[in-house]
Amino acid sequence: MKASVIVFPGSNCDRDVQVALGQSLRRQPDMVWHGEAEIPETDLIVVPGGFSYGDYLRSGAMAAQSPVMRDVVVKAKKGVPVLGICNGFQVLTECGLLPGALMRNAGLKFVCKDVHLSVEETESVFTGGYEKGQVIRIPIAHHDGNYYADDETLDRLEGDGLVAFSYCASDGGPADGSRNGANPNGSARDIAGILSDTRTVLGMMPHPERLSDPALGGNDGRVLFDHLVAALG
Amino acid sequence: MSIRPAIGGENEMKAKIHVTLKQGVLDPQGKAVENALSALGFGGVSGVRQGKYIELELGETDPEKAQSQVEEMCRKLLANTVIEDYAIDIAEG
Repeated sequence: MKASVIVFPGSNCDRDVQVALGQSLRRQPDMVWHGEAEIPETDLIVVPGGFSYGDYLRSGAMAAQSPVMRDVVVKAKKGVPVLGICNGFQVLTECGLLPGALMRNAGLKFVCKDVHLSVEETESVFTGGYEKGQVIRIPIAHHDGNYYADDETLDRLEGDGLVAFSYCASDGGPADGSRNGANPNGSARDIAGILSDTRTVLGMMPHPERLSDPALGGNDGRVLFDHLVAALG
Repeated sequence: MSIRPAIGGENEMKAKIHVTLKQGVLDPQGKAVENALSALGFGGVSGVRQGKYIELELGETDPEKAQSQVEEMCRKLLANTVIEDYAIDIAEG
């Protein structure tokens, strides 16, 4: 299996993803610069976190227009799995691979802390390693993670089982908006990550690559990368 | 101001674009500005919405063509139409 990590000017989680994915893959993923018009043949594309193009105009807006993203869209439409983490999620919404938008956090502050997520959907190459309803702990670090979509889109995402992760209390209870602090950014319906209709694109604000080694405080993120490698061979 | 000579005696166009959050989309920054204004003693301020202002010069001299060009720019890049509306004002530059 071959995996590719996209690198934009301003990406800062590309190396973390390289290490986390590399330990599951037992080989190094290809690092692909934003100016490349074509990604070498690959079985998985990761759009990592960071502040691509300095978040100019809107988070992810400039990156969505970069040459490499045109090929990401082409490959995604052919069924190549694409994982967008944090700024990567913002880029995937900006280029239309995922619905909705990530807005400024409701509390207006940059939030950097571990949060609890409920795994809502296990039928995907990304989430198949978890149990449905499992509570995992993954860090977030963002200023614009407040997921917004119109009610019709939100109903469809929930109805079709396309919400992959939602923010929850540590005991797995619902985050219930921002009231008990479990929803860190005001995201609609406590959404932390969503799948495309085909379930081959996942966007999530939390950073699984940051908890993929017990030495860093936890291993809940590694399950995602291990399962990707198991599923994609 | 453009220093290029106008083509056919017509002037080049300047576009002024306002990008604002759609009605119904919560604007936490606008809300914070509103609260700050009240704290400063400006009573009766409500409905504060924050947006972006972009201006650009166009080589196009035909106002209708300029309008449609800028609309396309807004749809493709300048605004995220999932959450934002845009208003375009075209004038001779």
